[in-house]
Amino acid sequence: MNRDILSSLRPALVMTVLFALLLGLAYPLAITGLGQFLFPAQAGGSLIAERGRIVGSSVVGQAFVTERYFHTRPSAAGKGYDGLASSGSNLGPASRVLAERVGGDIHALQTAAPGRPVPSDLVTTSASGLDPDISPEAAFYQVDRVARVRNLDRAAVEALVEQSVERPILGFLGEPRVNVLMLNRRLDAIGRKPVP
Amino acid sequence: MTYQGWLLIAAFVCLLLALVRPMGLWLFALYEGRRTPLHAVLGPVESGFYRLSGIDPQEDQSWRRYAVHMLIFNAVLLLLTYLVLRMQALLPLNPRGLPAVGEHLAFNTAVSFTTNTNWQSYAGESTMSNLSQMLGLTLHNFLSAATGIALAFALFRGFARRSAAGIGNFWADMTRVTLYLLLPLCAVLALFYIASGVPQTLAGSVDITTLEGVKQTLALGPVASQEAIKMLGTNGGGFFNANSAHPFENPSALTNLVQMLSIFAIGAGLTHAFGKAVGDARQGWAILAAMMALFLAGTAVTYWQEAAGNPVLHHLGLGGGNMEGKEVRFGIAASALFSVVTTAASCGAVNAMHDSFTALGGLVPLFNIQLGEVVVGGVGAGIYGFLLFAILAVFVAGLMVGRTPEYVGKKIESREVKLAVLAIAVLPLVILGFTALASVLPAGLAGPLNKGPHGFSEILYAFTSAVGNNGSAFAGLTANTPFYDGMLGIAMWIGRFFIIIPMLAVAGSLAARRHTPPTAGSFPTTGPLWTGLLIGIVLIVGGLTFLPGLALGPVADHLAMIRGQLF
Repeated sequence: MNRDILSSLRPALVMTVLFALLLGLAYPLAITGLGQFLFPAQAGGSLIAERGRIVGSSVVGQAFVTERYFHTRPSAAGKGYDGLASSGSNLGPASRVLAERVGGDIHALQTAAPGRPVPSDLVTTSASGLDPDISPEAAFYQVDRVARVRNLDRAAVEALVEQSVERPILGFLGEPRVNVLMLNRRLDAIGRKPVP
Repeated sequence: MTYQGWLLIAAFVCLLLALVRPMGLWLFALYEGRRTPLHAVLGPVESGFYRLSGIDPQEDQSWRRYAVHMLIFNAVLLLLTYLVLRMQALLPLNPRGLPAVGEHLAFNTAVSFTTNTNWQSYAGESTMSNLSQMLGLTLHNFLSAATGIALAFALFRGFARRSAAGIGNFWADMTRVTLYLLLPLCAVLALFYIASGVPQTLAGSVDITTLEGVKQTLALGPVASQEAIKMLGTNGGGFFNANSAHPFENPSALTNLVQMLSIFAIGAGLTHAFGKAVGDARQGWAILAAMMALFLAGTAVTYWQEAAGNPVLHHLGLGGGNMEGKEVRFGIAASALFSVVTTAASCGAVNAMHDSFTALGGLVPLFNIQLGEVVVGGVGAGIYGFLLFAILAVFVAGLMVGRTPEYVGKKIESREVKLAVLAIAVLPLVILGFTALASVLPAGLAGPLNKGPHGFSEILYAFTSAVGNNGSAFAGLTANTPFYDGMLGIAMWIGRFFIIIPMLAVAGSLAARRHTPPTAGSFPTTGPLWTGLLIGIVLIVGGLTFLPGLALGPVADHLAMIRGQLF
């Protein structure tokens, strides 16, 4: 036993140093170099610049709470869409806090737009708190409000949502979804049109 | 449930089955120490490593020596990570100037990554510098996985060798697996992840002004290089707190599919490598069949429950499946499938919050870990865990027909059965013992976020995850306290090495034994009867002890949920 321990010391120490250099430094640094060279935009976080300032990442969600934009989902990341504190709510299925939160959100939505079923993703928090997407139903649900506040033709806004729906690959890989930042940027781009 | 959802599950299983043979043959080549095409490039690195550390890769080690060398190496690695985390503030590549990681958290994290658990009591983006992620954590992701595969090779040799004194060389096994399997595959996967939108940069964060004019700071870092090995090595420790639910770790349905396949690829391939090693590929397929049956049953239950949704929310007028704690791009099916894959293997990465699953949807991940993660399982750990169950299964079969049990040409005697029971008993003993303790001590009761039975589930899940070296969580539990960091750290260490050592002892005693050719009276270990027996043993021996605990947690939670009783 003692001989086994003694004979292990040099390999254990030297191999730790060698593998630390190879796997802990050389590998991630090499991948960083290659990634920055081959896919610089993605490696940097898929950032979107508009008029000289960064307005977001096409991959990561951001908070939209004003009436003139399509809203993202409720978020449990920090105070909402905190990019330094990703998190879900972690509330269990029989949690009173969850039931009260969802009930309150449903009530608010139904007061604003009575008589329509609320899409479930619009009142549930995502796993990351940074979900960039909403379901097509959740986007269509908001068309009336956005068109009204922006004084836009309802059909035009609906068409915009229609164009923004991403479909599953091969029909089953992924869910139909709408990237909210991308949709809102398109919305800003069309500007105001007179309502007939 | 939708047919698209089932199509995804079917596609996943088909792709996995297509991977088994090529992965198995590659692993078998490494097991035998054969030359691969990659030797032309990486061969000099391998021999250079041996020369510098004074290793003779031809030396055949006894099981004791194999175990001691593995343990000492892991202890040194543990120390390195502890030091890197503690000295984080003084070291470079810390763009956001994060302070040193606290004592009990650094201990917990170092144990966690050494044992392939990757339980995280911390949130990556607010705790770890880029250097800590790379040198402290990515390093372990490789080496804990390579250690697991090396240990599986050692047990294979126990079955395959005849009257042999040794079970191979730990250093050679571990180095070859790292250089010729993990590193090249991870390089390819990492580039794929970057192309798909996973960041890979030395920057710490970027400031954004949103369309509404609010400032948002996004954490960045060398994510893709860690993501690749995190999944392939069934480690599961996320770069970010939200793990594979974070859009930067898992940006699309395609990356999600690749991540799920990465989790299972090596574990499933090892069943084939085992079959090849004992000279009968059907032995490997029989094991995989039992694993797949258990896997599909679990997937069906979780998918069904999550798609059925939460009656409490239905009562409020919200239709459809349970979307609390799930991402839109994955939806119900891919979240349910991922949760079963990650807990069937000992990965522990999550793309949805298990804590917010329906009660029975969340029971399956918990139960998967309690079965010992032998449904495909962690890289190496899954197959050696399953072979321990196989030893018990031939023993039980032997009792029923009144013959000496044999398995793949080796007589199984009382020593092996005792050691297998010893290894398997570790799980219920530590999981239930520690959970019981935490459920009565004030320091333990301070942890759960949720009240009622779900709070108990959070504690039970934490110790299950730690002892099973899984690393996923009912993440509402506040675990970064001296009590939980300490207890979970000890639980992870026991859960890893108290299984490995009896397992290596089994390998040693089997290797020394003569070959027993099968006779007409031998119990066949390939057909459906055997597969059924294996499933039964896993469920009865592995699962039965946990039923009372599950009744107090998820089952009580389910009954409350359907009655609309809130906590």
